[in-house]
Amino acid sequence: MAETTTSEIPALEILQKCPSGIKGLDEITSGGLPLGRPTLVCGGTGCGKTLLAMEFLVRGTTEYDEPGVFMSFEEKSEELTKNFASLGFDLNELVAREKLLLDYVHIERSEIEETGEYDLEGLFIRMGHAIDSIGAKRVAIDTIETLFSGFSNEVTLRSELRRLFRFLKGKGVTAVITGEQGERTLTRFGLEEYVADCVIFLSHQVANQIATRRLRIVKYRGSAHGTNEYPFLLDEQGFSVMPISSIGLDHPASVDRVSTGIPRLDTMLEGKGYYRGSSILVTGSAGTGKSSIAAHFVDAACRRGERCLYFAFEESRNQIIRNMRSIGLDLGQWVDQGVLEFRNSRPTLYGLEMHLVVMHRAIEEFRPAIVVIDPISNLLSAASEMEVRSMLSRLIDYLKMEEITAFCTALTVGGAAGERTEEGMSSLMDSWILLQSLEGAGERNRSLYILKSRGMQHSNQVREFCLTDNGAKLRDVYVGSGGVLAGAGRMAQEAREKAEALERSQEIECKQRDLERKKALVEARIAALRIGFQSEEDELERAISRGKLQSEVVAQDNLDMGRARDADAMPPPEGNTSTNGKGGGR
Amino acid sequence: MSETDRNDAPLLFRDMIGEFELALEESGTGNYLLRLYVSGMTPNSIRAIENIRKICVEHLEGRYQLEIIDIYQQPIFAKEGQIIAAPTLVKELPPPLRKFIGDLSQTERILVGLDLRKK
Repeated sequence: MAETTTSEIPALEILQKCPSGIKGLDEITSGGLPLGRPTLVCGGTGCGKTLLAMEFLVRGTTEYDEPGVFMSFEEKSEELTKNFASLGFDLNELVAREKLLLDYVHIERSEIEETGEYDLEGLFIRMGHAIDSIGAKRVAIDTIETLFSGFSNEVTLRSELRRLFRFLKGKGVTAVITGEQGERTLTRFGLEEYVADCVIFLSHQVANQIATRRLRIVKYRGSAHGTNEYPFLLDEQGFSVMPISSIGLDHPASVDRVSTGIPRLDTMLEGKGYYRGSSILVTGSAGTGKSSIAAHFVDAACRRGERCLYFAFEESRNQIIRNMRSIGLDLGQWVDQGVLEFRNSRPTLYGLEMHLVVMHRAIEEFRPAIVVIDPISNLLSAASEMEVRSMLSRLIDYLKMEEITAFCTALTVGGAAGERTEEGMSSLMDSWILLQSLEGAGERNRSLYILKSRGMQHSNQVREFCLTDNGAKLRDVYVGSGGVLAGAGRMAQEAREKAEALERSQEIECKQRDLERKKALVEARIAALRIGFQSEEDELERAISRGKLQSEVVAQDNLDMGRARDADAMPPPEGNTSTNGKGGGR
Repeated sequence: MSETDRNDAPLLFRDMIGEFELALEESGTGNYLLRLYVSGMTPNSIRAIENIRKICVEHLEGRYQLEIIDIYQQPIFAKEGQIIAAPTLVKELPPPLRKFIGDLSQTERILVGLDLRKK
């Protein structure tokens, strides 16, 4: 029943959307541009308006089979074709297949004389004819404001513009109209008054000599949309917007664990390693072995057959491979097998947002299980702290969404590596390993401890971190009366302790032997005494038996004598012995 | 330009030269080629047609050719003639090309634009 009622009642007229096909734009607009309505794209010179408009059409034909009309007021059709060939769009081919129609509208003020009332019916007819001739579903108009330079009667022009947009709506085409940025208004001639359904603003800002392109949805009637400024990229693959900050905190949390590649470090993390899909930060001052820990992690992952993507901002690919060979890790083999890929670039090569976009794209292309960013602190040279933080949080959010384990290293300045990263990144990270240099006894030694690791009972111990020919090793540090010692200091202390222990054990042995000796002595004495006692006992026993014998003989004699006297019956011999008093042998 | 020069010129240019000379000839004789693009029979269109006819009769008698094109019926001409506004009068000949938009009610401006009257 419920089903029939819902189908009978006309569903609430929800705004239909037209997927633009432009990477990322459909995500921020949650589905695309308003279907059958015009959208205004405005921005300054060279911000990519024309490109967005054209890509909207090209994607429309290639991905959604919707033919498009491009009405250009600025560039001739041949120029457009040439310009877009460099982006890999073959406009000629689309035109030949009647999927795309390019119409260049030439306006030359000097040729035009106004001699009375007029309207822009010519434009309407051209537009209508173009749409009908290829059955276009999409229209781009670039840049209609040129009309304002060609015609002086602004009143007519404005009313005609209004009519044009109504006309487009009536035609049911989804249109993209571009407009040049004005001084106080979004567009120079206030086009936003007419195109009110969706307004997209593009900007191209230069900060610290690094240019970043950004896109913002100013308004979108009848639809939720991301309101932030999103960076976007123009390259040989066209337009891509990164809707990164739109990701919420609802990423999956895996209980799966991945080995760190260093057995004892695994032990410190409940014996299992990091959580899959978590974010790991390794901080430390220069030369504490951050990259080595990363390399171990990567090596272990590659060994399991997982794909790794390594973003290096400091060293070249070959340098990393060479350096890691010195601790017995051959990363080159993984590169050859295609499970490991390096992306090396200087942080200052382009803006931070661009880095993010490039990384995004690389991740999407390579589909890794693990991403290493070595180091994140270098990105600071490209932007301010706040920007780096926002960029990294977006990146990490994205990686978590994709259940990719993120491994970041960060350089901390100065020996007193505090529990704080410059980027304020620590709160973003699930596990934080701190590497420190311990200075003492004329040397520096590396120490490692786990500052935090969310969701597990990690070890609270400081370990000495040694880089050997066979990889990184963790050793217990000496913790005792002499403080925390590592390296040679620890060895010396250990040797000292060994000597002390040896001495102690020798002493004990000595005492034990003493005891043995004493025991033997006592036992010998006991034996001698026992022997003496035995001989005495023998003698006494002999005397007793002799005495007994004598008293028996006496009793017999008395009996014999009594018998001889014929006496009365005698009491038993015991009574006799007591009266006689002669039985005692003692 | 002599005959021999013309024959020496490459074939492609010969036509262009011919066209150019023809145009020159026409402009010399003061022949006008005018095209009026209208969008159906709107009041503006009707006024424009009346106005241009009047101007032609009064000022260009015997040396003009006027074509009236309804872009509703032949929309392709709108594209080819680079027509935006309607009505539009295009002076194809003599050069330079000039466009007059509107109902052609401002006769003085048209006459100046057609080089029929000095400013």
